[in-house]
Parts: sequence; C-alpha cells; structure tokens
Amino acid sequence: MSDHEGAAEAQPMLHGCPLTDSHGQAVVHPSRAQYVALLKKLLDSGYAMCSDLTAVDFLTHPGRSLPEGVVAERFEIVVNLTAIASRDRIRLRVQVPESDTTIASLFDLWPGTEAMEREVFDMFGISFDGHPDLTRILMPEDWDGHPLRKDYEIGRIPVQFKGAHS
Amino acid sequence: MTSSQNIFKTNEGAQEMRARSEISAKEILREVGSVLRMSEAEVANLGQSSGDSDEDQTMIINMGPQHPSTHGVLRLMLELQGETVLRCKPIIGYLHTGMEKTGEELTYMQGGTNVTRMDYLSPLNNELVFSMAVEKLLGIENDIPQRAVWMRMLLSELNRMSSHLLFLASNGMDLGAVSMMLYGWREREEVLRFFQKVTGLRMNHNFIRPGGVAADLPAGWRSDVLEILEMLPGRLAEYDILMTDQPIWRERLQGVGVITADEALALGTSGPILRSTGVAWDLRRDQPYLHYEKMEFDVIVGSYGDAFDRYAIRINEIRESMRIVYQVLDNMPKGDYRIQNKKVTPPPRARIDESMEALIHHFKIFTEGFKVPEGEVYVAIESPRGEIGCYIVSDGGPKPYRIHMRAPSFVNIQALPHMMRGGLVADAVAVISSIDPVLGEVDR
Repeated sequence: MSDHEGAAEAQPMLHGCPLTDSHGQAVVHPSRAQYVALLKKLLDSGYAMCSDLTAVDFLTHPGRSLPEGVVAERFEIVVNLTAIASRDRIRLRVQVPESDTTIASLFDLWPGTEAMEREVFDMFGISFDGHPDLTRILMPEDWDGHPLRKDYEIGRIPVQFKGAHS
Repeated sequence: MTSSQNIFKTNEGAQEMRARSEISAKEILREVGSVLRMSEAEVANLGQSSGDSDEDQTMIINMGPQHPSTHGVLRLMLELQGETVLRCKPIIGYLHTGMEKTGEELTYMQGGTNVTRMDYLSPLNNELVFSMAVEKLLGIENDIPQRAVWMRMLLSELNRMSSHLLFLASNGMDLGAVSMMLYGWREREEVLRFFQKVTGLRMNHNFIRPGGVAADLPAGWRSDVLEILEMLPGRLAEYDILMTDQPIWRERLQGVGVITADEALALGTSGPILRSTGVAWDLRRDQPYLHYEKMEFDVIVGSYGDAFDRYAIRINEIRESMRIVYQVLDNMPKGDYRIQNKKVTPPPRARIDESMEALIHHFKIFTEGFKVPEGEVYVAIESPRGEIGCYIVSDGGPKPYRIHMRAPSFVNIQALPHMMRGGLVADAVAVISSIDPVLGEVDR
C-alpha cells in the first residue's frame, strides 16, 4: 500500500520484512526474531489498534505461496492492525515451527491482545512468552489437546435409532 | 480424539481468580496486571497508592454464569472490598461450541448458516461480512448486482436498529426501568416481522450469501419499511421521556464504567464503546463498504466514555440508521438480486425442469459446493457492537481451510475489569449492560 520501501522490481520491504499484497490488503512477513520490533515500529507509526490476533495450522496445506526468504512452517500467527488516523490496515503473518511453538507476547504493546493470545494458546497450543496469564479461555481448564489443530480429530457421537429394526 | 502426539496433558492452572493469600506478591502483580490489563510497573504503583488492602478485608464472589443480567452465560469473578470492586475477571467459554472448527467442515454455500448464529442479535451483519470475504477471495466483489448491494445495506441497517432496540430493552431492564423491556422488544418485533417477510425467518436468516442475496424483496416491502420508519420516531421520543431525560436514569449511568480513549484503543475495543470515548471511528464512514460512502449520516461520538454515553450513542444510532434506510429507499434500483455467475449461482428452478445439465449443476453446487481460489483475506465491517471481521484462508477447495471471526463482543468484554475497577458492585450490572455483549459470538 502506501509506505513501503525498496526498489520496484525487487521484493518490496517494510522495516526489513517482505511486504506482499493479498487482494489489495498489505501483508508483512516478519520472522519470529523481527516480530515484536516490527510491531513496535508499526505502533509508533500510527497503527494504534490491534484489531485481531489469530493463528492458522497449515499441517494439511503446506504448499502455500510465501515471499522469497520466508520458510513455510506449520503454524502461522496472523495479526491485523488498524491505523485510526490514516484509516489504514496492515496484516502480519509470522511462521511458527511445530518443533518450538512459542512466540513473544504482545501484551506490553497492546494489552487487549491478552485474551486473543489466550484463545490462540487454547485452540492451537502456541505459547506466548511474557503473557501474564496464559490459561485456557474457551475450553475447560482440564481439557486435553488443542481443538483447532488440523490433527485434532473431531469426535463423533454414535447415533442410535430407537425401535428401529437392525 | 485418538492417536495423536499432540494430545498431551496440560496444566495451565485454574482460570478462576484466586485469593490474595494463595499467590505470591510477584504473582499477584502479574495477575492484577492481566486482569486490569496493565504493565507490572503500573500495577506496582497502584498497589501502593490505592485502597487495595489485605485479604481479610476483601471477598471474592461469583457473578453468573446464570445471572439474568449477564446476557447469557458470562461469569464474572469480582473481588470486593465492602461495596467497591477491586479486581474483576470475566470467565467465558460456557457457550463455546467450536463454530470455527465447524466452519472448516462446511462449504462456502453452507458457511452462512454457521456464522449467522454467532452474533445472534445481528445475524445479517455476520452473513454480510462472511459473504464479502468469500466474494473477495473469488474476485467477484465488484460484480455484485446493484440491487443486491442496496438490499444488503437495507437489511444491515434494519438489523442495527433491531439490535440497538434490544439493547435499549435489556439496558432498561438491568437498571430497573422494567417497562422498557417490553417496549424495546415490541419495537424490535416489528423489525423482525419485516425480516420474516423478506427472509422467511426472524433470526439466523442465511439470507445474504456469497454472490448476492437469497431472494428478491417481496411485494409491498416498501410500505412495510415505511411503516417501521414512521412508527419509530414517536417511540424513540417516548424513550427519551422515559429514560434519557430522567434524573434517576442519568444518576444511574453518568460517570459509571468510565474508560478513556487511550485505554479503549489499547484494549482494541470498537463500536459504541470506542466512540463513547470521543474517537470517531466507524467503519461505515472510515473504510466504506457497500455504498456507505454515498450515504449521508453522522457518526455519533460521546465525550465522557461512561455508560450514559454508550446508551446515548446507541439510541441516536437508531436515528442515523433510519436516515440511511430512507436514502436506501430512494436509491433502490431494479434488477437482479444475485450474481449470474454459473460458478456460485445455482440455476433457476424453471431451468432444472428443462435441462439435464442444469439439474446436474444444481446438484453439484449444493452437494460439493463451489471451489474458491487459494488465498487469505480479512474483511471487516461495522456491526452494531463494533468491528466484526472475517479472516478466511482458502486452500483452493470448496470449504474454508480456516475461518476466524473477529468478534467485537469478545474483545469488548475484556475492557470490563478496567471499567469496573473502583466502582460499586451495584454498578457492575450497568457496566455489563452498557457493553452489550452477545455471548454467542464471545464464545463462538
């Protein structure tokens, strides 16, 4: 969209992270190391609101298109930011490997992400370093497994037909 | 739930708020921080200066999940010192039915039936944001027939009115203006009667679908809408007499549940809660969708960020929605109500009797669904409660690979502890009510 740096032919970059376009929406692909620093810069440049934070499990859909230099991993954290003044939106997609499902918490930048990160932890089992209260939020606290992972099997209840001839 | 290495025992600890004696000083800083959404430094500062005292003077009580004024199954744990609320923690999940997981199993054609049940007080806005996201992935967002676009605006605004009318009813009920409960439901019923005539259902319509809407407007729709528009101003004036101008009503709401603009932005709140703090942020005006850029309406903002502002914003938004509906009536074009794109539109009923191909096409579209190109998209619109967003990842198949709904109530109720801090326990009900949460979309 507006404020990206870099040459016209080369991969557009924003604060050192590849910037792509998805249906007219700006998407940045930072690494986990760049994640918080990039968000801090975006917050300072006017993206005052963190609208949404969620995750995707790409276990059964590995071959997705990503910019050069970004290695596809199993999980992806997706953050949507909104700039009130410039009426702009930007999205971040961060790769999180299956072997080490941790990422830094955004609690210190936007305290409102507290509940969203808890939801991602509950549903995907991704832990957030520095989160003040990382517990399950939607599922019961003694639940096993993380339901929105693709290898979490959906339970089935056997159907019984009353009085039917078998 | 069988053989998977990812099923492991978890022990993250209780979700409940714990007594001060059970946790260490460092932990309480973190817990108060998370509950009040503050940094540790701020909390440490607050612990010394405020009236937070030893445990023998405080009490933790449960409010809900079956409390009638918690709008469903919201459970709050309140730490009280006398009548004052110190800490408060919303505990949610009692209505969690895995709708995002279900959404991965439903085709794009069926997805509307799922999302419409999330925010069950504004189902048409849920369907609208879902349909817009799917259309964006298909690349047909600019080809939707004009009549369908204007119909969507008509239904979306009427839905905003019905949702806010129910807010007025429940807000009145929660604060003791019990007769308001009946009046609000009565007026909402008029709007729902129109929805029933148009969509066949009072709620959970599945009427706005990818590609357009399910059916054309019925004969006589215009006079039905006009009847609602002519009935409402008088009724809203009655509400002003009954509530807005009443000193008791004002005393009960003014200065209760105050939140500042900076806090509201940091917490990610949207809709009337954000606007009550003076931030004029309305996606209909600031990131227009449908034809809102052609509409003339005002964004209502408050100045104190209290429960009264949030009430006043909603009652005035009904008036603004009426203005928009009048403009929609003037502009409603003739024409098709859904896109004539063979990919997403089933063939008309008459064609099925004549043509074998049409029959096969009809069968396939309803059994297999249509395929959506690979990609990901986030679309957000202004629902009565704030920014409702739909994030869809498609792998090229007929079902969403991942569908996530950014539910405004889920984010908004996280501001509760902040609004309640230092207030009276009797005002807790007023604060919950002023957030107007729908637990169906909080828990999804």
